[in-house]
Amino acid sequence: MIKPTVREKKNFGFADVPEDTSFEAGYLVSVNSGWRSIRPVVNTDKCIGCMQCYLYCPDGVISIQENKAVIDYDFCKGCGICSKICKPGAIGMERER
Amino acid sequence: MSISAKTLDKNEYFYGHKACAGCGGSLAVRNVLKVLGKNAVAVLPAGCMSAVGFNFPQLCFANNAIISTFAGTASMLTGIEAGFRRRGIKDFTAVGFAGDGGTADIGIQALSGAIDRNDNIIYICYDNEAYMNTGIQKSGLTPFGAKTTTTPAGSNIHGNIRPKKNMFEIVAAHDIPYAATATVGYMNDFLNKVEKASKIQGTKYIHVIAPCPTGWGIPVSDTIDAAREIVDCGLWYLAEYENHEFKLSRDPKTFTSVEDYLRKQARFKHLTDEDIKIITDSRDKKWEFIRKNWN
Repeated sequence: MIKPTVREKKNFGFADVPEDTSFEAGYLVSVNSGWRSIRPVVNTDKCIGCMQCYLYCPDGVISIQENKAVIDYDFCKGCGICSKICKPGAIGMERER
Repeated sequence: MSISAKTLDKNEYFYGHKACAGCGGSLAVRNVLKVLGKNAVAVLPAGCMSAVGFNFPQLCFANNAIISTFAGTASMLTGIEAGFRRRGIKDFTAVGFAGDGGTADIGIQALSGAIDRNDNIIYICYDNEAYMNTGIQKSGLTPFGAKTTTTPAGSNIHGNIRPKKNMFEIVAAHDIPYAATATVGYMNDFLNKVEKASKIQGTKYIHVIAPCPTGWGIPVSDTIDAAREIVDCGLWYLAEYENHEFKLSRDPKTFTSVEDYLRKQARFKHLTDEDIKIITDSRDKKWEFIRKNWN
Protein backbone atom coordinates (compact mmCIF):
# COMPACT_ATOMS: atom_id res chain seq x y z
CA MET A 1 0.00 0.00 0.00
CA ILE A 2 1.26 3.44 -0.90
CA LYS A 3 1.13 5.88 2.01
CA PRO A 4 3.49 8.42 3.60
CA THR A 5 5.27 6.82 6.56
CA VAL A 6 7.21 8.01 9.57
CA ARG A 7 10.99 7.75 9.11
CA GLU A 8 13.95 8.49 11.27
CA LYS A 9 14.30 12.18 12.00
CA LYS A 10 17.83 13.06 11.03
CA ASN A 11 19.45 16.34 11.87
CA PHE A 12 19.29 17.95 8.48
CA GLY A 13 21.93 20.63 8.05
CA PHE A 14 21.95 23.36 5.45
CA ALA A 15 23.97 21.08 3.21
CA ASP A 16 21.08 18.57 3.18
CA VAL A 17 18.38 21.04 2.23
CA PRO A 18 17.47 20.31 -1.38
CA GLU A 19 18.58 23.08 -3.71
CA ASP A 20 15.85 22.29 -6.18
CA THR A 21 12.32 21.25 -5.38
CA SER A 22 12.91 17.53 -5.05
CA PHE A 23 12.78 15.49 -1.89
CA GLU A 24 11.68 11.98 -1.05
CA ALA A 25 7.90 11.62 -1.32
CA GLY A 26 5.83 10.47 1.63
CA TYR A 27 8.54 11.31 4.16
CA LEU A 28 7.05 11.96 7.59
CA VAL A 29 9.02 12.78 10.72
CA SER A 30 6.30 13.61 13.24
CA VAL A 31 2.84 12.40 14.21
CA ASN A 32 -0.28 14.49 14.85
CA SER A 33 -1.74 12.62 17.79
CA GLY A 34 -0.85 15.38 20.24
CA TRP A 35 -3.37 17.71 18.55
CA ARG A 36 -6.32 15.82 19.96
CA SER A 37 -8.41 16.58 23.01
CA ILE A 38 -11.06 14.02 22.10
CA ARG A 39 -10.67 10.73 20.26
CA PRO A 40 -13.04 8.67 18.12
CA VAL A 41 -13.71 5.17 19.36
CA VAL A 42 -15.32 2.57 17.09
CA ASN A 43 -17.98 0.28 18.49
CA THR A 44 -17.36 -2.75 16.28
CA ASP A 45 -20.74 -4.27 17.16
CA LYS A 46 -22.52 -1.32 15.56
CA CYS A 47 -20.08 -0.71 12.68
CA ILE A 48 -21.48 -2.01 9.38
CA GLY A 49 -18.43 -1.18 7.28
CA CYS A 50 -20.27 1.37 5.11
CA MET A 51 -17.01 3.33 4.64
CA GLN A 52 -18.55 6.78 5.02
CA CYS A 53 -16.09 7.70 7.80
CA TYR A 54 -13.26 6.55 5.56
CA LEU A 55 -14.60 8.65 2.68
CA TYR A 56 -15.01 11.85 4.69
CA CYS A 57 -11.95 11.76 6.99
CA PRO A 58 -9.81 14.82 6.08
CA ASP A 59 -6.70 13.05 7.36
CA GLY A 60 -7.37 9.66 5.81
CA VAL A 61 -6.70 7.91 9.10
CA ILE A 62 -9.60 5.47 8.85
CA SER A 63 -9.26 2.22 6.99
CA ILE A 64 -11.75 -0.61 6.76
CA GLN A 65 -10.34 -3.92 7.91
CA GLU A 66 -12.52 -7.03 7.98
CA ASN A 67 -15.53 -4.82 7.32
CA LYS A 68 -14.94 -2.63 10.40
CA ALA A 69 -13.50 0.87 10.71
CA VAL A 70 -9.99 1.02 12.17
CA ILE A 71 -8.44 4.34 13.20
CA ASP A 72 -4.75 5.28 13.01
CA TYR A 73 -4.43 7.23 16.25
CA ASP A 74 -0.95 8.46 15.36
CA PHE A 75 -2.46 10.83 12.80
CA CYS A 76 -6.07 11.35 13.95
CA LYS A 77 -6.64 14.98 15.00
CA GLY A 78 -9.93 14.25 16.74
CA CYS A 79 -12.13 16.50 14.57
CA GLY A 80 -15.15 14.24 15.02
CA ILE A 81 -16.35 14.28 11.40
CA CYS A 82 -16.41 10.46 11.41
CA SER A 83 -18.60 10.40 14.48
CA LYS A 84 -21.11 12.81 12.91
CA ILE A 85 -21.15 11.11 9.51
CA CYS A 86 -21.70 7.63 10.99
CA LYS A 87 -25.34 6.68 10.45
CA PRO A 88 -25.43 3.63 12.75
CA GLY A 89 -23.79 5.73 15.50
CA ALA A 90 -20.87 3.36 15.81
CA ILE A 91 -18.23 6.03 16.46
CA GLY A 92 -18.26 7.83 19.79
CA MET A 93 -15.95 10.63 20.90
CA GLU A 94 -14.12 10.16 24.19
CA ARG A 95 -12.05 12.64 26.12
CA GLU A 96 -8.28 12.12 25.91
CA ARG A 97 -6.63 11.56 29.24
CA MET B 1 -17.95 2.26 -13.03
CA SER B 2 -18.81 5.21 -10.90
CA ILE B 3 -16.59 6.22 -8.02
CA SER B 4 -17.76 5.45 -4.50
CA ALA B 5 -16.13 4.74 -1.15
CA LYS B 6 -15.93 1.06 -2.11
CA THR B 7 -14.24 1.55 -5.47
CA LEU B 8 -11.88 4.30 -4.35
CA ASP B 9 -8.11 3.67 -4.41
CA LYS B 10 -7.10 2.42 -0.94
CA ASN B 11 -3.71 4.11 -1.09
CA GLU B 12 -3.33 7.37 0.80
CA TYR B 13 -1.39 9.97 -1.18
CA PHE B 14 -1.90 12.89 1.18
CA TYR B 15 -1.29 11.75 4.72
CA GLY B 16 0.16 13.08 7.94
CA HIS B 17 -0.33 16.68 6.85
CA LYS B 18 -0.57 19.55 9.31
CA ALA B 19 -3.93 20.99 8.27
CA CYS B 20 -6.30 22.08 11.04
CA ALA B 21 -8.64 19.40 12.36
CA GLY B 22 -11.73 19.16 10.17
CA CYS B 23 -10.11 20.85 7.15
CA GLY B 24 -12.28 20.71 4.02
CA GLY B 25 -9.41 21.56 1.66
CA SER B 26 -7.26 18.64 2.77
CA LEU B 27 -10.23 16.31 2.35
CA ALA B 28 -10.62 17.50 -1.25
CA VAL B 29 -6.91 17.02 -2.03
CA ARG B 30 -6.80 13.61 -0.39
CA ASN B 31 -9.75 12.20 -2.31
CA VAL B 32 -8.90 13.77 -5.68
CA LEU B 33 -5.47 12.12 -5.52
CA LYS B 34 -7.16 8.81 -4.74
CA VAL B 35 -9.20 9.17 -7.92
CA LEU B 36 -6.25 10.19 -10.10
CA GLY B 37 -3.85 7.60 -8.66
CA LYS B 38 -0.13 7.41 -8.09
CA ASN B 39 0.87 8.98 -11.39
CA ALA B 40 -0.82 12.27 -10.59
CA VAL B 41 1.60 15.17 -10.47
CA ALA B 42 0.23 17.73 -8.05
CA VAL B 43 0.98 21.44 -8.27
CA LEU B 44 0.18 23.58 -5.24
CA PRO B 45 0.68 27.32 -5.09
CA ALA B 46 1.13 29.28 -1.88
CA GLY B 47 -1.87 28.46 0.25
CA CYS B 48 -3.02 26.16 3.00
CA MET B 49 -2.35 22.91 1.20
CA SER B 50 1.27 23.73 0.39
CA ALA B 51 1.81 25.10 3.89
CA VAL B 52 0.52 21.93 5.53
CA GLY B 53 1.94 19.43 3.06
CA PHE B 54 5.54 20.51 2.65
CA ASN B 55 7.43 21.16 5.90
CA PHE B 56 10.98 20.06 5.20
CA PRO B 57 11.90 17.29 5.84
CA GLN B 58 8.25 16.33 6.17
CA LEU B 59 6.63 15.64 2.77
CA CYS B 60 3.05 14.52 3.12
CA PHE B 61 2.50 13.63 -0.53
CA ALA B 62 3.22 10.07 -1.64
CA ASN B 63 2.99 11.07 -5.30
CA ASN B 64 4.93 13.76 -7.12
CA ALA B 65 4.04 17.18 -5.79
CA ILE B 66 5.53 20.61 -6.21
CA ILE B 67 4.92 24.11 -4.92
CA SER B 68 4.42 26.75 -7.60
CA THR B 69 4.45 30.51 -7.40
CA PHE B 70 1.20 31.96 -6.13
CA ALA B 71 0.21 33.26 -9.54
CA GLY B 72 1.58 30.36 -11.53
CA THR B 73 -0.40 27.20 -10.70
CA ALA B 74 -1.78 26.81 -14.19
CA SER B 75 1.42 27.82 -15.96
CA MET B 76 3.40 25.27 -13.97
CA LEU B 77 0.81 22.65 -14.91
CA THR B 78 1.30 23.64 -18.53
CA GLY B 79 5.05 23.15 -18.17
CA ILE B 80 4.74 19.80 -16.43
CA GLU B 81 2.33 18.50 -19.04
CA ALA B 82 4.55 19.70 -21.89
CA GLY B 83 7.68 18.30 -20.24
CA PHE B 84 6.25 14.84 -19.71
CA ARG B 85 4.81 14.81 -23.22
CA ARG B 86 8.18 15.76 -24.68
CA ARG B 87 9.84 12.90 -22.78
CA GLY B 88 7.29 10.46 -24.13
CA ILE B 89 5.62 9.77 -20.78
CA LYS B 90 1.90 9.30 -21.26
CA ASP B 91 0.56 7.77 -18.08
CA PHE B 92 0.26 10.79 -15.80
CA THR B 93 -2.18 13.52 -14.83
CA ALA B 94 -1.10 17.08 -14.15
CA VAL B 95 -3.41 18.37 -11.43
CA GLY B 96 -3.34 21.70 -9.62
CA PHE B 97 -4.87 22.48 -6.25
CA ALA B 98 -5.25 26.20 -5.68
CA GLY B 99 -7.31 28.00 -3.09
CA ASP B 100 -9.95 30.58 -3.87
CA GLY B 101 -7.48 33.47 -3.70
CA GLY B 102 -4.92 31.59 -5.76
CA THR B 103 -7.58 30.97 -8.40
CA ALA B 104 -9.96 33.90 -8.58
CA ASP B 105 -7.53 36.69 -7.71
CA ILE B 106 -3.84 35.92 -8.02
CA GLY B 107 -3.82 32.95 -10.39
CA ILE B 108 -6.63 33.94 -12.74
CA GLN B 109 -4.34 35.17 -15.51
CA ALA B 110 -2.31 31.95 -15.64
CA LEU B 111 -5.51 29.89 -15.52
CA SER B 112 -7.06 31.91 -18.31
CA GLY B 113 -3.91 31.43 -20.40
CA ALA B 114 -3.89 27.68 -19.84
CA ILE B 115 -7.54 27.37 -20.86
CA ASP B 116 -6.83 29.51 -23.91
CA ARG B 117 -4.05 27.11 -24.95
CA ASN B 118 -6.30 24.18 -23.99
CA ASP B 119 -3.47 22.42 -22.17
CA ASN B 120 -4.30 18.93 -20.97
CA ILE B 121 -4.49 19.64 -17.23
CA ILE B 122 -6.92 19.46 -14.34
CA TYR B 123 -7.28 22.54 -12.18
CA ILE B 124 -9.04 22.13 -8.84
CA CYS B 125 -10.04 25.25 -6.96
CA TYR B 126 -10.74 24.38 -3.32
CA ASP B 127 -12.85 27.28 -2.23
CA ASN B 128 -12.84 28.10 1.48
CA GLU B 129 -14.01 31.62 0.73
CA ALA B 130 -11.04 33.67 2.01
CA TYR B 131 -7.25 33.67 2.31
CA MET B 132 -7.33 31.29 5.28
CA ASN B 133 -3.64 30.39 5.32
CA THR B 134 -2.51 33.92 6.13
CA GLY B 135 -5.20 34.50 8.72
CA ILE B 136 -8.54 35.03 6.96
CA GLN B 137 -8.34 37.95 4.53
CA LYS B 138 -11.05 38.63 1.97
CA SER B 139 -10.59 37.07 -1.46
CA GLY B 140 -12.59 37.49 -4.65
CA LEU B 141 -14.62 34.46 -3.62
CA THR B 142 -15.56 35.67 -0.15
CA PRO B 143 -19.36 35.94 -0.07
CA PHE B 144 -21.35 39.05 0.73
CA GLY B 145 -21.55 39.81 4.44
CA ALA B 146 -18.69 37.54 5.56
CA LYS B 147 -16.43 38.93 8.25
CA THR B 148 -12.71 38.65 7.53
CA THR B 149 -9.75 40.56 8.97
CA THR B 150 -9.80 42.88 5.95
CA THR B 151 -13.59 43.21 5.87
CA PRO B 152 -14.40 43.60 9.56
CA ALA B 153 -17.97 43.85 10.78
CA GLY B 154 -18.77 47.19 12.37
CA SER B 155 -21.89 49.19 12.96
CA ASN B 156 -21.73 50.84 9.52
CA ILE B 157 -20.37 48.11 7.29
CA HIS B 158 -21.37 44.52 7.95
CA GLY B 159 -18.43 42.53 6.66
CA ASN B 160 -17.73 42.04 2.98
CA ILE B 161 -19.67 44.49 0.81
CA ARG B 162 -19.13 42.64 -2.48
CA PRO B 163 -20.69 39.42 -3.71
CA LYS B 164 -18.74 36.27 -4.52
CA LYS B 165 -17.02 36.35 -7.90
CA ASN B 166 -18.69 34.05 -10.39
CA MET B 167 -15.62 31.94 -11.06
CA PHE B 168 -17.37 28.94 -12.60
CA GLU B 169 -19.03 31.02 -15.29
CA ILE B 170 -15.85 33.04 -15.86
CA VAL B 171 -14.05 29.79 -16.63
CA ALA B 172 -16.94 28.47 -18.71
CA ALA B 173 -16.89 31.70 -20.73
CA HIS B 174 -13.55 30.52 -22.16
CA ASP B 175 -15.53 27.65 -23.68
CA ILE B 176 -13.43 25.21 -21.68
CA PRO B 177 -13.86 21.48 -22.53
CA TYR B 178 -15.06 20.69 -19.02
CA ALA B 179 -15.85 22.68 -15.90
CA ALA B 180 -17.83 21.69 -12.85
CA THR B 181 -18.81 22.85 -9.40
CA ALA B 182 -18.92 20.57 -6.40
CA THR B 183 -18.75 20.45 -2.63
CA VAL B 184 -16.82 18.18 -0.27
CA GLY B 185 -20.17 17.56 1.42
CA TYR B 186 -21.40 15.52 -1.56
CA MET B 187 -18.27 13.52 -2.13
CA ASN B 188 -19.59 11.01 -4.68
CA ASP B 189 -20.78 13.79 -6.96
CA PHE B 190 -17.42 15.56 -6.61
CA LEU B 191 -15.26 12.50 -7.19
CA ASN B 192 -17.27 11.37 -10.20
CA LYS B 193 -16.75 14.80 -11.73
CA VAL B 194 -13.00 14.46 -11.11
CA GLU B 195 -13.04 11.03 -12.75
CA LYS B 196 -14.99 12.37 -15.70
CA ALA B 197 -12.53 15.27 -16.01
CA SER B 198 -9.56 12.88 -15.99
CA LYS B 199 -10.85 11.24 -19.18
CA ILE B 200 -11.40 14.46 -21.12
CA GLN B 201 -8.70 15.91 -23.34
CA GLY B 202 -7.95 19.59 -22.75
CA THR B 203 -8.25 21.90 -19.77
CA LYS B 204 -10.58 20.89 -16.97
CA TYR B 205 -11.66 23.06 -14.07
CA ILE B 206 -13.45 21.90 -10.93
CA HIS B 207 -14.56 24.35 -8.29
CA VAL B 208 -15.16 22.63 -4.96
CA ILE B 209 -16.51 24.22 -1.81
CA ALA B 210 -14.25 23.22 1.09
CA PRO B 211 -15.34 24.72 4.41
CA CYS B 212 -12.67 25.99 6.78
CA PRO B 213 -13.78 25.59 10.41
CA THR B 214 -11.16 28.10 11.55
CA GLY B 215 -12.19 30.82 9.12
CA TRP B 216 -15.91 30.16 9.04
CA GLY B 217 -16.26 29.91 12.78
CA ILE B 218 -17.89 26.50 12.95
CA PRO B 219 -17.06 23.46 15.11
CA VAL B 220 -14.40 21.23 13.52
CA SER B 221 -16.87 18.35 13.33
CA ASP B 222 -19.31 20.42 11.22
CA THR B 223 -17.27 20.77 8.02
CA ILE B 224 -19.33 18.24 6.08
CA ASP B 225 -22.64 19.55 7.41
CA ALA B 226 -21.74 23.08 6.30
CA ALA B 227 -20.56 21.81 2.92
CA ARG B 228 -23.93 20.11 2.42
CA GLU B 229 -26.05 22.92 3.77
CA ILE B 230 -24.52 25.53 1.44
CA VAL B 231 -25.92 23.49 -1.46
CA ASP B 232 -29.19 22.61 0.25
CA CYS B 233 -29.97 26.26 1.00
CA GLY B 234 -29.16 27.30 -2.56
CA LEU B 235 -26.14 29.52 -1.92
CA TRP B 236 -24.05 27.11 -4.00
CA TYR B 237 -25.06 24.99 -6.96
CA LEU B 238 -23.78 21.71 -8.37
CA ALA B 239 -23.36 22.06 -12.11
CA GLU B 240 -21.27 21.11 -15.11
CA TYR B 241 -20.22 22.89 -18.27
CA GLU B 242 -19.56 20.61 -21.19
CA ASN B 243 -20.05 20.71 -24.98
CA HIS B 244 -20.75 24.45 -24.80
CA GLU B 245 -23.65 23.95 -22.42
CA PHE B 246 -24.40 24.39 -18.74
CA LYS B 247 -26.13 21.58 -16.93
CA LEU B 248 -27.34 21.38 -13.33
CA SER B 249 -26.28 18.24 -11.49
CA ARG B 250 -28.89 18.89 -8.86
CA ASP B 251 -31.97 21.08 -9.08
CA PRO B 252 -33.53 21.26 -5.61
CA LYS B 253 -37.29 21.77 -5.60
CA THR B 254 -37.14 23.55 -2.28
CA PHE B 255 -34.33 25.23 -0.44
CA THR B 256 -33.55 25.03 3.24
CA SER B 257 -33.32 28.30 5.16
CA VAL B 258 -30.46 30.63 4.24
CA GLU B 259 -30.72 32.18 7.69
CA ASP B 260 -30.15 28.82 9.42
CA TYR B 261 -27.04 28.26 7.31
CA LEU B 262 -25.63 31.73 7.99
CA ARG B 263 -26.43 31.87 11.71
CA LYS B 264 -24.37 28.76 12.42
CA GLN B 265 -21.18 30.51 11.31
CA ALA B 266 -19.29 33.07 13.37
CA ARG B 267 -18.25 34.96 10.22
CA PHE B 268 -21.94 35.84 9.61
CA LYS B 269 -22.89 36.36 13.24
CA HIS B 270 -23.24 40.14 12.88
CA LEU B 271 -25.66 40.06 9.93
CA THR B 272 -28.96 41.88 10.35
CA ASP B 273 -32.28 40.59 9.05
CA GLU B 274 -31.97 43.05 6.12
CA ASP B 275 -28.54 41.63 5.23
CA ILE B 276 -29.97 38.13 5.22
CA LYS B 277 -32.80 39.31 3.01
CA ILE B 278 -30.25 40.71 0.53
CA ILE B 279 -28.49 37.33 0.48
CA THR B 280 -31.76 35.41 0.10
CA ASP B 281 -32.93 37.70 -2.70
CA SER B 282 -29.64 37.34 -4.56
CA ARG B 283 -29.93 33.57 -4.22
CA ASP B 284 -33.43 33.63 -5.72
CA LYS B 285 -32.27 35.87 -8.54
CA LYS B 286 -29.34 33.57 -9.29
CA TRP B 287 -31.57 30.50 -9.41
CA GLU B 288 -34.06 32.30 -11.62
CA PHE B 289 -31.19 32.98 -14.02
CA ILE B 290 -29.91 29.41 -13.82
CA ARG B 291 -33.27 27.82 -14.45
CA LYS B 292 -34.02 30.16 -17.31
CA ASN B 293 -30.68 29.84 -19.11
CA TRP B 294 -29.20 26.45 -18.22
CA ASN B 295 -30.50 23.06 -19.25
